[in-house]
Amino acid sequence: MDMTFSEFIHVNLQQFWELTGFANAELGNFVMLAVGLFFIWLAIKKNFEPMLLVPIGFGILIGNIPFNASAGLEIGIYEEGSVLNILYNGVSAGWYPPLIFLGIGAMTDFSALIANPKLMLIGAAAQFGIFGAYMVALAIGFAPDQAGAIAIIGGADGPTAIFLSSKLAPNLMGAIAVSAYSYMALVPVIQPPLMKLFTTKKERLIKMRPARAVSQNEKIIFPIVGLLLTCFVVPSGLPLLGMLFFGNLLRECGVTTRLAKTASNALTDIVTILLGMTVGASTQASHFLTPQTIFIFFLGFMAFIIASSSGVLFVKLFNLVLPKDKKINPLIGNAGVSAVPMSARISNNLGLQYDPSNYLLMHAMGPNVAGVIGSAVAAGVLLGFLA
Amino acid sequence: MKRHILFTLLAVLALSAPAQNRKALRINEVMVQNDSSIVDDYGRRAGWVELFNANFGPLEISSVYLTDDPANPKKYPVPLGDVNTKIPKRQHVVFFNDGEPNRGTFHTNFVLIPGKENWIGIYDADGMTLIDEVTVPADLPANTSYARNADGYGEWEVRTGGEKYITPSSANVIKDTNNKIEQFAEMDGHGFGMAAMAMCIVFTALLVLCVCFMIINKIGGKISRVNKAKAHADNENSLTSRDVDHDSGEEIAAIVMALHEHLNAHDTESTVLTINKVKRAYSPWNSKIYGLRELPHR
Repeated sequence: MDMTFSEFIHVNLQQFWELTGFANAELGNFVMLAVGLFFIWLAIKKNFEPMLLVPIGFGILIGNIPFNASAGLEIGIYEEGSVLNILYNGVSAGWYPPLIFLGIGAMTDFSALIANPKLMLIGAAAQFGIFGAYMVALAIGFAPDQAGAIAIIGGADGPTAIFLSSKLAPNLMGAIAVSAYSYMALVPVIQPPLMKLFTTKKERLIKMRPARAVSQNEKIIFPIVGLLLTCFVVPSGLPLLGMLFFGNLLRECGVTTRLAKTASNALTDIVTILLGMTVGASTQASHFLTPQTIFIFFLGFMAFIIASSSGVLFVKLFNLVLPKDKKINPLIGNAGVSAVPMSARISNNLGLQYDPSNYLLMHAMGPNVAGVIGSAVAAGVLLGFLA
Repeated sequence: MKRHILFTLLAVLALSAPAQNRKALRINEVMVQNDSSIVDDYGRRAGWVELFNANFGPLEISSVYLTDDPANPKKYPVPLGDVNTKIPKRQHVVFFNDGEPNRGTFHTNFVLIPGKENWIGIYDADGMTLIDEVTVPADLPANTSYARNADGYGEWEVRTGGEKYITPSSANVIKDTNNKIEQFAEMDGHGFGMAAMAMCIVFTALLVLCVCFMIINKIGGKISRVNKAKAHADNENSLTSRDVDHDSGEEIAAIVMALHEHLNAHDTESTVLTINKVKRAYSPWNSKIYGLRELPHR
């Protein structure tokens, strides 16, 4: 070996340098690192959906540390067999979202909806955001399957968006997931101006009758009947709806308290951590920073606006046929977008701004949880038509 | 007893599961006389049968039987212990009907005879349950196949190899595009059709649920009214000997509280507050004195 010791040290240090992030960094990496830091700042300083934005933001940092992909170190999220790739399987194969739905079912009280079933229709109306965005996406030039995957952002339901995009447009999933969660976090910024725009002061002051008490039997019947009816109409929504209603039955049946607690606490927390982190890490600059991503963010924004507006406008329309004493406050229309419980809280806060004695939270929870069911049904419809 | 029933049910379910999967094993394509089609591992040509796994999961076919004789359903058992007998989801395997089973797993001990009707059947491991069968017509020309027009479930047709491909070991329908998406792109370029259909379905699903719960609400309301009326009637009967007007609200409240105390009755709310004494074993780690900061000595 005709190499001096100093040359040997030099060659090895050079090889090591080529593996470092500094040698492999590109502008895109720094842009994405800035996005990740922004998400973390939003979560910690502004308290915007911290449970989601902290894992996603940190995931973006993890996914955008530059490295030499050709070195075969098996560390990247898209390298088969790497640890991140194994964790990412829950996203790419679409089994994290149903587990999250199990937890949502186990922590959701459907009483408001059972007491006033007509609120379900608000949850259905808000899904127009999805199909409005679908039309806009087609007009921009996306193929129908991609348009469907992007449009589901309008359901304001992260797990549903991930589930559907993993089936219809896996290559766009990172952008769709980040867009969905970003807008969900920005619900307090996006929705109030729209709610004010589409309602009169008189409408905002409508006081709704308190919901009646719901019996335990009704609460038990709800997930069983809900599953049978919705899944007979849309079997393709089974993974999401099945788990949602199963979780709810665990909660309400009264004999599986331990399982319900695990599903709503430990299991949901574990899956949220893994889901958020891997979705964040999937936004590698090389895959994420494309013109398509900008369109996806634009379409996601459109979807949120259409969904929130259509919920509010539907309540106004509905009020035309309802008796005077059963009018619905249109401020709960925005809650049909299923960002639980954030959008219901916004309805309540805005209602209190105009009348400090008008608590809308429980009324808004009705369309809010109906929105969860509605967006899962809409995802099933899109999957059935386009898969 | 209950446990026995449960175990029996589970056992029945467990045993029936593989049988159900194997029902998705289909005869997919057959060639009786092979002069110019595929060759086996020995470079020889023979008639072949293609099997298709219509499941969306892998299917192990060892120990099922292939036969050309309905009177002898156990004619060729697919051997055990070959990894290749596990067919991946929606995939195919080809068996050469050369009458030379010693050449390997995928060589049957019977031969298909040109110029005569050939019946082919697959039997499950019990040798009695027929999974799938086909009768290949006698007039099938050489080097043409008899195939389903869709993998697993389509109608049978003769394939000559021109526009109708002969496809041993691959899908009978070669898809280069997703027809559904093509159709939506062509027929519904603006998305109105999708929006209208999908919104109707979403509304229908939630409307059905809404109507159903309105009915449940009404039935529940009626039952509670009947129960209330019944309770009221019982109450009136029991109070006939007393002058109800003399009972003050305070008295009724006191009676109700006493009953509540006596029965220790709770509603079925999940927010019942219970105070239990908590006993903690002593440990220096939870001792208060170690949590206090010592005052500085003067």
